[in-house]
Amino acid sequence: MGFSVYIILVPMLMFLVIGLGSTKLSPRAAGIFGTLGLSVSAVLSYITAFRYFFAEGLQEGIYSSITAWSVEWLRFSDKLHIDMGVLLDPISVMMLVVITTVSLMVHIYSFGYMKGERGFQRYYAFLSLFSFSMLGLVVATNIFQMYIFWELVGASSYLLIGFYYTKPAAIAASKKAFIVTRFADLGFLIGILIISFCTGTFDFGLLTADNASLAVTSMAGGSFLGLSTATWAMTLLFMGAAGKSAMFPLHIWLPDAMEGPTPVSALIHAATMVVAGVYLVARMFPLYLFAAPDVLTLITYVGAFTALFAAIIAIRQTDIKRVLAFSTISQIAYMMVALGVSGMGGHAGEGYTASMFHLFTHAFFKALLFLGAGSVIHAVHSNEMEAMGGLRKYMPVTHWTFLIACLSIAGIPPFSGFFSKDEILSAAFSHDKVVFVVLLLVAGITAFYMFRLYYRIFWGAERQYEKHPHEAPSVMFIPLVFLALLSCLTGWIPFSHFISSDSVPYDLGINWWIAAGGILVSLIGIIMATRLYRRESDLPERIASRWAGFWNAAAHRFYIDQAWLFVTKKIIFRCISTPIAWFDRHVIDGAISGLGTGTEKLSGAIKGIQSGRIQTYAAVFVWGVIIIAVCVFIF
Amino acid sequence: MISMEHYLVVSSIMFFVGIYGFIARKNLLAVLISIELILNSVEINFSVFNRYLYPEHMEGVFFSLFGIAISAAETAVAIAIMINVYRLASNIDIRHIDKLKY
Repeated sequence: MGFSVYIILVPMLMFLVIGLGSTKLSPRAAGIFGTLGLSVSAVLSYITAFRYFFAEGLQEGIYSSITAWSVEWLRFSDKLHIDMGVLLDPISVMMLVVITTVSLMVHIYSFGYMKGERGFQRYYAFLSLFSFSMLGLVVATNIFQMYIFWELVGASSYLLIGFYYTKPAAIAASKKAFIVTRFADLGFLIGILIISFCTGTFDFGLLTADNASLAVTSMAGGSFLGLSTATWAMTLLFMGAAGKSAMFPLHIWLPDAMEGPTPVSALIHAATMVVAGVYLVARMFPLYLFAAPDVLTLITYVGAFTALFAAIIAIRQTDIKRVLAFSTISQIAYMMVALGVSGMGGHAGEGYTASMFHLFTHAFFKALLFLGAGSVIHAVHSNEMEAMGGLRKYMPVTHWTFLIACLSIAGIPPFSGFFSKDEILSAAFSHDKVVFVVLLLVAGITAFYMFRLYYRIFWGAERQYEKHPHEAPSVMFIPLVFLALLSCLTGWIPFSHFISSDSVPYDLGINWWIAAGGILVSLIGIIMATRLYRRESDLPERIASRWAGFWNAAAHRFYIDQAWLFVTKKIIFRCISTPIAWFDRHVIDGAISGLGTGTEKLSGAIKGIQSGRIQTYAAVFVWGVIIIAVCVFIF
Repeated sequence: MISMEHYLVVSSIMFFVGIYGFIARKNLLAVLISIELILNSVEINFSVFNRYLYPEHMEGVFFSLFGIAISAAETAVAIAIMINVYRLASNIDIRHIDKLKY
């Protein structure tokens, strides 16, 4: 399977080609290069996936981890070294398929969406860079390689959010995304250091082998502030995951990241990069389960809270991309909860399978939603719902694909979201009833706000459009149709046969009681949305006025951004940064400039001695000789 | 009988008169003459030491001859400089020649 390394290398090559030749290449050539590179990657990923799942991966009933390619990169000690390699196991192969597929669709779609934009070549170069980093992240053989690529996806996300670098909002958003995730990554790095210090290895295989026994034994005993070493390490690791996956309270960057081009939002901020946190927790799952089960409980509650919180905010947003951003946060939180409630082996590990399944299906329908939203924005030149309405007549393909995606995320059978959501609900039900109720409620709210979005865009009264809205060009709607097909079909994949917590395939049927509950709640949500938003009426306003305080708080995203601003500006900047800045300006800079000005003053004072009169010098010289002579004579 | 010390006393006097003149005189010509005095006192020393301590050798005497030649050359250069200074400053007072400071 050594060829799988080319899945990663081809996008990197394309990044170099397009990036270095950006001014030489025509926009069209740059786009074709990028797309062709990604197609090669995608085909190789499909071959890898096929061979892994159906031929080489399954050995004696267990999916084995195959290190397809590896090279030692940095050696610290006999045991501790950083490798760069390609690790193939069920989740990494699944991620390869997801990333290359969505990325390829986005590459094709961008041909239409970004047509005529300044910096078209730059855009494709960054897309290739992102694809390279994300693929490198998922196939990492060790946690340090993952960290390196983790930072690389952060950097390429920063570059792409700030793609419209003349727009102040985009610059602010890119900085915010970078700083917030970077802050979270600090936790991740410390977590890695603790783990590698205790266990003496970075390697995933060694860390997770035998129910993480290496980590359990090596981290036993130590404690800090009443929590064990393992709990600290895994909590810090989760902090990094929460930053990337936009868990409360580190979610603030994701809604602002929507300032980037819409296909980028579809690829990075919906389908791939933001699920890196979930992927990290899944990758380290045995460590969480056996070394630090408390952290898994923390993940469950943080996830459940985030899911509910983001879903409520999503109801109130009027920018269509922001609605989708909050729904992404909510759905990723769903995956986190599923991991949190999972156990190990067989049906106990249902949550693990469900989480990966939801990751898989969510990637496609959320990318579809974003690309659909992009095609709507392309048609009406606005992000605001106020500017939309009645578009279903003008954009039939977008309308139908968007509807499929909405049904899918709402969890209506037979679309893909139903299957994965049902598994998550079922896993939550068997583990924690409170969490189950919260998730069920979130499912209802999800259906409600998605159909609010759908009706506000495609139904209702038509607006005064400046130009006649038109259906997207074919390069844009082909990806939509393809993703819509995937959204219909991926749910039927028997996922538990491929991915399970202990890599042993098992049967997992649909739990119809829970499925019925889920469908019922979703239908209630859809019906409410239909009643309120299908025709324009003042009913939503009247309901809103009854809950005015709550309604306004939701519009302001419950003031979390303001709370962060308060903490950073008022507390950190004023109490820590300002004194440090003062110290730097006055003490450190002062010492250096003092040395300079002191020397200048001193030389100004003594330069009079250098009179330029030869006789004075001679006299001084003679007196000097006399004094020395006298000294020599005396002593 | 004139001993070596007598010569050395004379040359010492010449040397210190030269130094005094070099430091104290304001006219460049007088300064130059003082330098000549210093050089000549040194040459006397060379000859005297040669004559009294190593009568069979001639190095000291030759060195004196060298010194005389060099001081002649040096005087030529110095006078050329003085002429240029005079053209620039219209006098050869050493107190005016301080343009080379810092």
